[in-house]
Amino acid sequence: MADEERQPSALIGVLLTLGHIVTSALQRLGYATRFLIMLLRWSGQSFRRLHLTIREIYFSGFQSLLIIMVSGLFIGMVLGMQGYDTLQRYGSAEALGVLVALSLVRELGPVVAALLFASRAGSSITAEIGLMKTTEQLMAMDMMAVNPIARVVAPRFWGGVLSMPLLAALFSATGVFGGYLIGVVFIGVDNGAFWSQMQASVDFRYDVWSGIVKSFVFGIAVSLIAVFEGYDAEPTAEGVSSSIKSTVVKSALAILALDFVLTSFMFREAG
Amino acid sequence: MPTENLVEIKDLDFAYEDRPILQGISLDIPRGKVVAMMGGSGCGKTTLLRLIGGQLRPSRGQIRVDGQSVPALNAEELYALRRRMGMLFQFGALFTDISVFDNVAYQMREHTDLSEEIIRDMVLMKLNAVGLRGAHALMPAELSGGMARRVALARAIALDPMLIMYDEPFAGLDPISLGIIGQLIRQLNDALGATTIMVTHDIQESLHIVDYIYFMSGGKIVALGTPDEIRASTHPFVHQFVHAQADGPVPFHYPAKALAQEMLGGGSHGG
Amino acid sequence: MSRKTLELWVGCFVALGFAAILFLALKVGNLSAANFAETYQVSAKFANIGGLKVRAPVKSAGVVVGRVSEIYFDAQTYEAVAVLTLDNRYHFPKDTFALILTAGLLGEQYIGLDPGGDEKMLAAGDTIAKTQSAVVLEKLISQFMFNKASEGPGNN
Repeated sequence: MADEERQPSALIGVLLTLGHIVTSALQRLGYATRFLIMLLRWSGQSFRRLHLTIREIYFSGFQSLLIIMVSGLFIGMVLGMQGYDTLQRYGSAEALGVLVALSLVRELGPVVAALLFASRAGSSITAEIGLMKTTEQLMAMDMMAVNPIARVVAPRFWGGVLSMPLLAALFSATGVFGGYLIGVVFIGVDNGAFWSQMQASVDFRYDVWSGIVKSFVFGIAVSLIAVFEGYDAEPTAEGVSSSIKSTVVKSALAILALDFVLTSFMFREAG
Repeated sequence: MPTENLVEIKDLDFAYEDRPILQGISLDIPRGKVVAMMGGSGCGKTTLLRLIGGQLRPSRGQIRVDGQSVPALNAEELYALRRRMGMLFQFGALFTDISVFDNVAYQMREHTDLSEEIIRDMVLMKLNAVGLRGAHALMPAELSGGMARRVALARAIALDPMLIMYDEPFAGLDPISLGIIGQLIRQLNDALGATTIMVTHDIQESLHIVDYIYFMSGGKIVALGTPDEIRASTHPFVHQFVHAQADGPVPFHYPAKALAQEMLGGGSHGG
Repeated sequence: MSRKTLELWVGCFVALGFAAILFLALKVGNLSAANFAETYQVSAKFANIGGLKVRAPVKSAGVVVGRVSEIYFDAQTYEAVAVLTLDNRYHFPKDTFALILTAGLLGEQYIGLDPGGDEKMLAAGDTIAKTQSAVVLEKLISQFMFNKASEGPGNN
C-alpha cells in the first residue's frame, strides 16, 4: 500500500526537478541577456577612455600569446604527422599542406584558440571581477559614484572580444608553420607542392574569413560568460571558485555548440 | 532651506526575497552629529546603510537625505548625491591594483577637474589627517588591517562629504588602532562639519565618541538615546548588550530540547 | 606597468595578430591582386552541368582566369546556365569553346576555355555559344554498350 503511494510522487518529484531546472536556466538566460544589454549601454567609456581596454587586451591577449602559439605549433605538427601517415597511403602526400591549412583555418584555429582563451584569460577575468566583488571593491566604486560596469566589466569584455580573432589567427599561422616543419623539413614532402596546393585550395573568403568570423563570435561568447560569471559570483571564496569553474565549462560548451551552428551555416556545399 | 535633520527615515520596511529584514523603522540623523546604530549581528544595521546610500530600495516607507527622497532619484541624481557621501566599508575595500595615493586620489580624479599638483596636496593632507602621509607610495597589500582602514577613511573623506557612513569600523582591530579610529571618526566629523552614521557593535569605543545611539534588534528599533541614557537604560536587551552579559533577551543556548531529556533520551529507546 | 609600456606590448600583439591574418590570407589562402581586380561576367549554357560547383575555377591553357559565380536552370530552354566571372585582363574571342573538364581522374570539375579565332571579343553579359557538357559516366557506359551491341557478333 505505502509503496504504491510513493511511486507516483517519485515521478512527480522528477518532473518538478526537471521543471525547476528548465525555469531556473531560462531565468538565468534572461538575467544574462539583461546584463548584456546593460554592458553594451555602458560600453562608451571602454572606447572613450581607451587605455582601460588596452590594459585588458594586454592581460587577456598578449599574456595568452605563449600558450596559444605553443599549442598551435604542436597541433600543426601533429596534423602534419597524422596527415602524412594517412595521405601517403593514397599517394596524395602532396596534399598535406591543404589538409593542415584547412583543418586549422576552418576549425582548429578558432575552436582550440577559443577553448585555451577561456581557460586562461576567461577564468582570470572571472577571478578578478569575483574577487573585487567579494572584497566590496565594486560596491565601494558604486558608492563613489563610479559605475563599476563601465569601469571594470565592460573593458574586460571588449578586451576579450578584440583579442580573440588575433589569437585564433596566430594559432592557425603557427599551426601551418608546424605542419610545414614536420611535413617538408622533417619528412620531406615537396616544398613547392606543399604551398602551391595549399594556396590553390584555401579560399580567402570561404575558409580564412569564415574562420575569422567564427573566432569573433567565440570571443563574444567567452568574454560575456567570463564577465557575467565574475559579476554574478557569490561574494565568498567558494563562490568565486565555483564561478571560475562555471566560466570554463560554460565557455567550452558554448564554443562547441556555436561551432556546430556556424559550421552548418558557413560550410554548406553550394550547388 | 536646509532641514535640521540630514537624514530622515519614516516607517521603513525592507524585505529580501520574502524575508522581512527591517520593519517600521523611523529615525532622524541631525546635522553635525555622530550617530551610532547598534545591535547584534543580522539585525539589519548594514542594510540600513545600504538603503540610505541608495544601493537598495525599500519595500515601503520614506528615506530622505538632505531633503531628497533617495528611492525616487534616477541614476544620475543618485550619483550626484553619492558624490557628497563618503562610505567606509568593513575591511576598507581599497582598490588592490593601485597605490595608497591613487586610492585616495581616485574620487578627485574622477569627479573634479583639479590639476595633479592640487590633487597631490589634497591627498597628502587627507593622509596626514589619518597619520599615513608617509605611506602614500605603498600598495594596499603592504598595509596592516588598521592602516588599510585608515587609508580607506582618508579615501572616504577625499571630497569633504556632508555625510560619512561607517560599516563596522572597529571590527577586528587591535586596541591601539581601535582608539585611533575612534578618535579620527569624532575629529573628522567635527573638523569637516559633517554628519556621521556609524554601524557597530563595539559598545565601549562608541559610547565615548557618539552623540546619539539607536539600538536595533530583529529589524526594529528597540531603544534610543544619548550615551548616558543608554548606559542607564533598564531595557533588558540594551542592558544585556551594554554590560556584555552572556544570557538575557539574546539567549546563550541555541534552541534545543531540555538537557535532561537529551541525555536520557538514548536510554528510553533502548531495548 | 606604466601606460607607455602597456601600450607598446599591446601594439606588438595587435601587429603580430594582423601579420598572422595577412599570412593566412596571402601565403596560405589565395588572396592576391587578382581577387581585387576588375572582373566581367559572361554566361554559358550546358545540356548537363555534371558535378560543376559554384566557385569552381575557369581555366584557359591550364591557367586560372576566373571563377564560376552562379549556376542556375533555364526553365525556357531546359538547359543549365553557368555564369562565369572572368578577370578583366583576359578577353576571349566570341567563338571560344567552353568545356566542362575534370581535374585528374577523380578530381573536381572545372570549366576550360578553348579560344577560337573570331576578331570580335566576348563582352560583359555575352553568352558563350559553343559549349561541351560534362561527361556523365552512365551515358558513357550505355553508349559503349550500345555500340558494342550494334557491332553485332562475329568480330571475334
